[in-house]
Amino acid sequence: MTEHVPVAEQPLAPPSASNGLLGVFGRRYLLRLLVRREISARYQGSFLGLLWSYINPLSQFFIFWFVMGKIIGMGDKAENYPVHVFAGLIIVHFFVETFNAGTRSIVRNKALVKKMAMPREMFPVASMLVSLFHVGPQLVILLVACLATGWAPDPVGMVAGLLALGIVMFLGTSLALLFSTANVFFRDFSSAVSIMTNFVRFGVPMIYPYTLVADRFAGHTELYLANPIADAVLLMQRAFWTGTTDDPAATALVHLPDHLLSRGAIALGASVVMLVIAQLVFSRLENKIPERL
Amino acid sequence: MSYPSDTSIVVEDVTKTFTLRYHRTFKQVSVALLKGRDLSDTFNALDDVSFTVKQGESIGLMGLNGSGKSTLLKLVNGIMKPDSGTVLTRGRIAGLIATGAGFHPQLTGRENVYLNAAVLGMSERETARKFDDIIEFAEIGRHLDAPVGNYSSGQFARLGFAVAVHVDSDIFLADEVLAVGDRPFKKKCMEKMQEIRDSGRTLFYVSHAAASVRKMCDRVIVLENGKVGFDGAVNAGIKYLKYEDENPDNDPDDMGDLDEELGADI
Ligand SMILES: Nc1ncnc2c1ncn2[C@@H]1O[C@H](COP(=O)(O)OP(=O)(O)O)[C@@H](O)[C@H]1O
Ligand SMILES: [Mg+2]
Repeated sequence: MTEHVPVAEQPLAPPSASNGLLGVFGRRYLLRLLVRREISARYQGSFLGLLWSYINPLSQFFIFWFVMGKIIGMGDKAENYPVHVFAGLIIVHFFVETFNAGTRSIVRNKALVKKMAMPREMFPVASMLVSLFHVGPQLVILLVACLATGWAPDPVGMVAGLLALGIVMFLGTSLALLFSTANVFFRDFSSAVSIMTNFVRFGVPMIYPYTLVADRFAGHTELYLANPIADAVLLMQRAFWTGTTDDPAATALVHLPDHLLSRGAIALGASVVMLVIAQLVFSRLENKIPERL
Repeated sequence: MSYPSDTSIVVEDVTKTFTLRYHRTFKQVSVALLKGRDLSDTFNALDDVSFTVKQGESIGLMGLNGSGKSTLLKLVNGIMKPDSGTVLTRGRIAGLIATGAGFHPQLTGRENVYLNAAVLGMSERETARKFDDIIEFAEIGRHLDAPVGNYSSGQFARLGFAVAVHVDSDIFLADEVLAVGDRPFKKKCMEKMQEIRDSGRTLFYVSHAAASVRKMCDRVIVLENGKVGFDGAVNAGIKYLKYEDENPDNDPDDMGDLDEELGADI
């Protein structure tokens, strides 16, 4: 925001004028404060603090790797199985965290929402950015593991990785927008969302390779791939996992669906459309938010 | 419709409807549906309210509890939108609504000052420049680095008021701000609000204390069940409310009495 302008030069306007998501990015300083706030608030009163954001995915990783990889034997179905799981887990975790925290974001900030005029899209967007912030260190862990197994970056892989993150950013934000308002009206939504997110882990080719789906559901893979998060996970595996295998080209051919990049582009486009719809719905419901909190 | 260039606030045919009971359980809803009862019980917290305010006017907004004062300020502030009618304002708005500030209970006073200032539209530089003044005004000492959730309601109000008065606003809203402060702080707030008024900013002052309204305002609007019951001169407005009767020998210029009334500002 700019410094103070003399009042006579300002127009008479509705005080609540907010132009949605665009308004959010017009107020980057406030957004930055909210993101920083949320990061510190999430770990307030905890001794290990930010470390928990690694402990959580790492513990999940070990469970999947040990139970699914070693005991159930999924590890034999995919080369470098730990990398396969972890690449997917980063995406899944990013999405689940955005969806869950985003859904609760407005209710959690009700002290502010009830008393201050500001674009309320701020809160779900901040939740997504906080989750994105947590992706950083996990990517570092993944990169170290990949480099140790002889991975080298390739341009197509990088595009795939960016597409994957983009899909989750847009889709996650649109769901966070929709469900954060729904949660104001009925708190049941936050419980429903955490149950829904439990299914996400099994609906994507993370703990099992995509080939398994292609084998068992031959003919129905299009349905499976209509899930943008499944596409994002596959793109992430194209970015990191295939490069760690002995013959990346062969792995990509066997273990990934064809036209993966175009599928990714379509999923990203669909996520952007979702975001526009979410914004429209949000703008309609937003009026009632402060009085219902 | 066009308004003169010195118009600060326009409220035109504004109606705000609230629902009396929101959170119904599945059971309650199904029973009501079976018995064919009406599910919606709404009422107008503001009912066709219209007035305009010129830049620099100071308005005393009065009325009984539940008459819609805070709701009106929320609409002017932009926290809520009217269900019908228009609200227009000119310039930056700051202030306190329903006695409290928009503070996050888990954050420290310091963090809240920065966050609150940012919401009110201040930049990081502007906040840093004014930070010491804000803290000095609030006088909360070492509690600055404690979570505001642990503040007393007086400390909470002090800090909120301190931030609000340090924003370069064109419109200042004060909704029963003095209700929880101690006596020295009330005096300080009154002085600060007079300073705000004298600097040519529009002031909206909600209070039940006739003496302080007399001292601060040049116009009174009285709300009655969400309707404008009176809009005009201060003394006539206070008479209209019959607040005077309980305090027959109230001399508007007597600071001693004002102090007493401030003490009764609840
Ligand atoms: N969010 C809300 N939902 C339902 N009713 C509300 C809400 N906020 C205020 N009300 C009701 O609206 C009326 C006006 O409230 P308010 O503006 O706070 O009055 P006051 O003049 O005391 O500030 C009251 O009857 C109050 O109960
Ligand atoms: Mg009130």
